Amino acid sequence: MVEQIDLTQVNWARAQFALTAMYHWIFVPLTLGLSFLVAFFESIYVRTGDEDWKRLTKFWMTLFGINFAIGIATGIILEFQFGTNWSNYSWMVGDIFGAPLAIEGIFAFFLEATFFAVMFFGWNRVSKGFHLFSTWMVAVGSNLSAVWILVANGWMQFPTGMAFNPDTARFEMQNITEVIFSPVAISKFCHATSSGFQLAALFVVGISSWFLLKGRHQLMAKRSIIVASVFGLLASAYVGFTGDEAAYSVAQKQPMKLAAMEGLFVGQKNAPLVAAGLINSAKTPGDRQDAFIAEVKIPGLLSLLANREFGSFVPGVDDLVYGNKEENIVGAQERMEKGKIAIDLLRTYKEASKNGDTKIAEAALKAFNDYKDDMGYGYLSSPEQAMPPVGLTFYAFHIMVILGTIFPLLFLLFLYFNFKGNIQYQQWLLYLGILCVPLGYIAQQAGWVVAEVGRQPWAIQGLLPVTVANSNLTTGTVQTTFFVFLGLFTLLMIAEISIMVKQIQTGPEGE
Amino acid sequence: MIGNLDYSVLQIIWWLIASVVGSLFLFLNFVQGGQTLLFTVPKDEQEKALIINSLGRKWELTFTTLVLFGGALFAAFPKFYATSFGGAYWVWMLILFTFIIQAVSYEYRKKPQNFLGSATYEAFLFINGSAGILLIGTAVGTFFTGSSFSLNDFNQVTWQTPYRGLEAARNFFNLSLGLFLVFNARVLGAMYLVNNINHKPLTDRCRKSAWTSFLWSLPFLLFVLVNLLFMTGYAVNPETGEIFLQKGKYLQNLLGNPITTILLLAGLIFVIYGVMLTCFKEKNNGIWFSGLGTVLVGLSVFFLAGYNNTAFYPSSFDLQSSLTIHNASSSHYTLTAMTYVALGVPFVLAYIAYVWKQMDSKNLTMDELAGEDAEEMY
Ligand code: HDD
Ligand code: HEM
Ligand code: HEM
Repeated sequence: MVEQIDLTQVNWARAQFALTAMYHWIFVPLTLGLSFLVAFFESIYVRTGDEDWKRLTKFWMTLFGINFAIGIATGIILEFQFGTNWSNYSWMVGDIFGAPLAIEGIFAFFLEATFFAVMFFGWNRVSKGFHLFSTWMVAVGSNLSAVWILVANGWMQFPTGMAFNPDTARFEMQNITEVIFSPVAISKFCHATSSGFQLAALFVVGISSWFLLKGRHQLMAKRSIIVASVFGLLASAYVGFTGDEAAYSVAQKQPMKLAAMEGLFVGQKNAPLVAAGLINSAKTPGDRQDAFIAEVKIPGLLSLLANREFGSFVPGVDDLVYGNKEENIVGAQERMEKGKIAIDLLRTYKEASKNGDTKIAEAALKAFNDYKDDMGYGYLSSPEQAMPPVGLTFYAFHIMVILGTIFPLLFLLFLYFNFKGNIQYQQWLLYLGILCVPLGYIAQQAGWVVAEVGRQPWAIQGLLPVTVANSNLTTGTVQTTFFVFLGLFTLLMIAEISIMVKQIQTGPEGE
Repeated sequence: MIGNLDYSVLQIIWWLIASVVGSLFLFLNFVQGGQTLLFTVPKDEQEKALIINSLGRKWELTFTTLVLFGGALFAAFPKFYATSFGGAYWVWMLILFTFIIQAVSYEYRKKPQNFLGSATYEAFLFINGSAGILLIGTAVGTFFTGSSFSLNDFNQVTWQTPYRGLEAARNFFNLSLGLFLVFNARVLGAMYLVNNINHKPLTDRCRKSAWTSFLWSLPFLLFVLVNLLFMTGYAVNPETGEIFLQKGKYLQNLLGNPITTILLLAGLIFVIYGVMLTCFKEKNNGIWFSGLGTVLVGLSVFFLAGYNNTAFYPSSFDLQSSLTIHNASSSHYTLTAMTYVALGVPFVLAYIAYVWKQMDSKNLTMDELAGEDAEEMY
């Protein structure tokens, strides 16, 4: 029998993963976008030969380096944490999940690590052309690392290209192209990287706004704003487009997550989209209460967005928990019963094969194959457990989307006033630009909360709940590492911000 | 062609790949070794800056190799990944901590307003170079001495001690291996600096330091080697997969596999030759010989642990829970797919070598640190 682990320990392990991943994701999106912006700046310098552009490039490169270092520091722990805290997960799905992580190491991380040194210390050691090439390689490398990690994450959201092997009691890969080109992985990659571009654009615009407000480095600030706003505007369009794509794939592959994102309990045809709302926290599945205390709805829009078809049926939490005959939805309740049978049959099979009872083993295996798709559900202790935390998912989703509609407008305004030539006098806009930097970070974190909290209770959607995925540790052990990480990462982040602020105050050298 | 390879051949290939990555990591530990010289070898801040800037252009390679080592083991031997990381929790966590603090130290040490102060970042580098490597060494030691864990029918690991892997440091063999690696890293670090920096007073001291560290490493090396020859090892019966204890197992592996023996002997000779060149012949290229030697010795150690029907991650508590390259590997399909991926590795190595050459064609000097790019220096 696969042992279930003490729930408080599991929750601490989840908290630890969330903590470390969220810290990592503070720094990664800036790396993804700023690497390209720096490459743009340097390209302009190389084309024009204008030393001002070189200074500008070096200024942003310094900030990039400060951010990059802590991105690496927080990243290494994530990789090994799959083994240390999710060891059963590592065994059960390592056959599939390990591959993208290894590929990431070989092809993405080395690219960055190698060319990073040239980018910072090669100005006088290699040719101008090779230096520019290196800067581009760093940008390509960081975004390649996003590809592979998001392939891995996409697979957790929508496992494909594999089969369960009863003899080894794990999932094994059948088709690597299906894993890599999974639609979920592709939409995740496009959305996460473009949102990183957007964040970096906000960062550059925000800092440049501060320079304009202080009346310093005007030329550099304006130049930076133009390049960043164009980049940010394009990225924003893409963020919206791929966000819609991400929501569509959630609707198709993880309907429970979608229901939580929208606070939809009772499924319906022609379902409305909730533009904003206050969740009723007393609401439980199956009761007759209203899910919202107050809400603003747009009729029919959710059906269109979720299924690309007006009037189509969108399942709610209740349908997915208890089933809905009319719409042919098998609920978690029924799947749990089948799952328990599958687990029993697997145990029978394993014992019989060990004792050499081939007849019993064969019969058990045959029966097991009919039930195995629901095996993951067999580990749940109540059907309601199949529901993720609705409030958190709902609010996080709506914060992200609202911010996602504001940012492109901001870039438009910056471009408009920049071309009119009087941007330095638009104090309100400059302050808004600064304010949007933290908002960008909030949108980023919110996005991941939707993706990861909305996936609960599954570590691997539908196959492996978090309670059977983790390592056999004591709660105290995981608590200790949790607090050590909390303390260490917080210290390092304070150092990072302090250094960053100082560098910004100093401004580009030689001006 | 790869598509037709036998399952067991693929397992052998992947142990080879993991061994190569692991051994390259041991060579690249010259960065860590160099970090431990910070408090003794340089005599002023400028010399210290020379050392940090010289190492600072390489540290990411070492770091990334460690990450890749983890990734490759995850992809090819997931049961090892699950068992060792989930079981020997504290050892791995401590190792990771020392790498987390390393990752920010180069960049932040000299930056104004760095909150913790440069002495703290230097201490971080020292901890990474000493405690980090020592712990890695003791963890590798358990490939031979075993750990106490058991696996159930579903391969979930139960660790038998509350120390979660730290108990390995109580074993003198493991500890000696760790200490040997620390001193060897210091030898390599000093030799790398000799090769990379142009500042005679400093490099002269590095030569001396390489020799001292080399002498320190010898007793530990001897202890490890002699023990390996005589210790009882964990053997596998290839027919049944049953694990049993066998006297002189690793000696047998050496005798039974001349490649391993040649690698070991050649490696030792190269290391010593490199040290002689650096310390007595005033040559700057000793690092290449000793580096290659370290890789060869590393390979032979990994081969001893994994090949010739040996359990590479043995359990002293429950023999049958021990991991071998055959029972711990990924599926045939995954190993095949990953072998195609591995064909890209020579390309990666090629551009690393190219960039290294480009960047190191001129040695690092005091003038460069104070020059036009002074702002960017670590
Ligand atoms: C600046 C950041 C940012 C902004 C403005 C948006 N997103 Fe986003 N979103 C992310 C940053 C992000 C992210 C942090 O990058 C996530 C987390 C997981 C992922 O792959 O990307 C994400 C995930 C994510 C998911 C969950 C995918 C999953 O669960 O697998 C959906 C449905 C959307 N987004 C949809 C949108 C929509 C419709 C937006 C409206 C314009 C939007 N996002 C703007
Ligand atoms: C870097 C951006 C990411 C952030 C901010 C993030 C956030 C989170 C959060 C908030 C949780 C806790 C969910 C809960 O338990 O309720 C979590 C759990 C987890 N995430 Fe992520 N995540 C990120 C990326 C990833 C990626 C790329 C992967 C896999 C490749 C991943 C794998 C996991 C795992 C294994 C857990 C623990 C098990 C679980 O709770 O499902 N995460 N993450
Ligand atoms: C939870 C899953 C994740 C793991 C296991 C992970 C692992 C790592 C590791 C080990 C590093 C250090 C790399 C080095 O040696 O240079 C790193 C850095 C980085 N990761 Fe993550 N990461 C995760 C989430 C993400 C996500 C979701 C993205 C992108 C969408 C991402 C992109 C990056 C980037 C751009 C860096 C910057 C530094 C570098 O690549 O060297 N990571 N990550």
